[in-house]
Amino acid sequence: MIQLLYFARLRESLGTRSEQLEWPVPASIAELKRQLAARGGNWHEQFADNPSLCVAVNQQLATETATVQPGDEIAFFPPVTGG
Amino acid sequence: MTVRVQEADFDTGAEIAQLRLQYPMAGAVVAFVGQVRDLNDGKAVSRLTLEHYPGMTEKSLATIIEQAMQRWPLLDATVIHRVGELPPQAQIVLVAVASAHRGDAFAACEFIMDYLKTEAPFWKREATSEGTVWLDARDSDQLSRKRWQ
Repeated sequence: MIQLLYFARLRESLGTRSEQLEWPVPASIAELKRQLAARGGNWHEQFADNPSLCVAVNQQLATETATVQPGDEIAFFPPVTGG
Repeated sequence: MTVRVQEADFDTGAEIAQLRLQYPMAGAVVAFVGQVRDLNDGKAVSRLTLEHYPGMTEKSLATIIEQAMQRWPLLDATVIHRVGELPPQAQIVLVAVASAHRGDAFAACEFIMDYLKTEAPFWKREATSEGTVWLDARDSDQLSRKRWQ
């Protein structure tokens, strides 16, 4: 399993802030995004064609090529706007 | 180093004094305070709501301070960032940096703010007379950060 977190505008668009997902073997962030986009509707819009989407693996900023291991915490969010 | 993410307001004067008095070697403390503007893009702002990613936010701020400490000979640094609902003119963020000389403290304070703006997981939602919107990241913030690379 992996833990998925969604923040800010993305959380509102998807209508959920967190979920657990079956994740038996290591695979890339790109593969995870493909799986989430395949849910269709807003999921497709947010994960298939959204170049500004940010991702963190175990609370560290990451890229599409990063590997997702079982047990990881993966967060997706829009570009940050603090300060 | 001090990193705090909190709903409560903070006392800027007390934070600066604490940093200054703790280090007799400190010849300079430079501080930046960000506050909620009452106007944004010409619209009256009634409230700003800040969301964050608990856990990652604190780690991210600590990493940014560590990077600043590797780059300049700093004595210490404090970053306090508020979350939750804030009215116009509320303090949002404090970055305070102590060093022996002012040049390093000025530069490190700007560096920490520029990285905070582009890497720390906070998101602002703004309420105006026209409704409530999530703010977009600004290209100018990315450019400000790139000058340190």
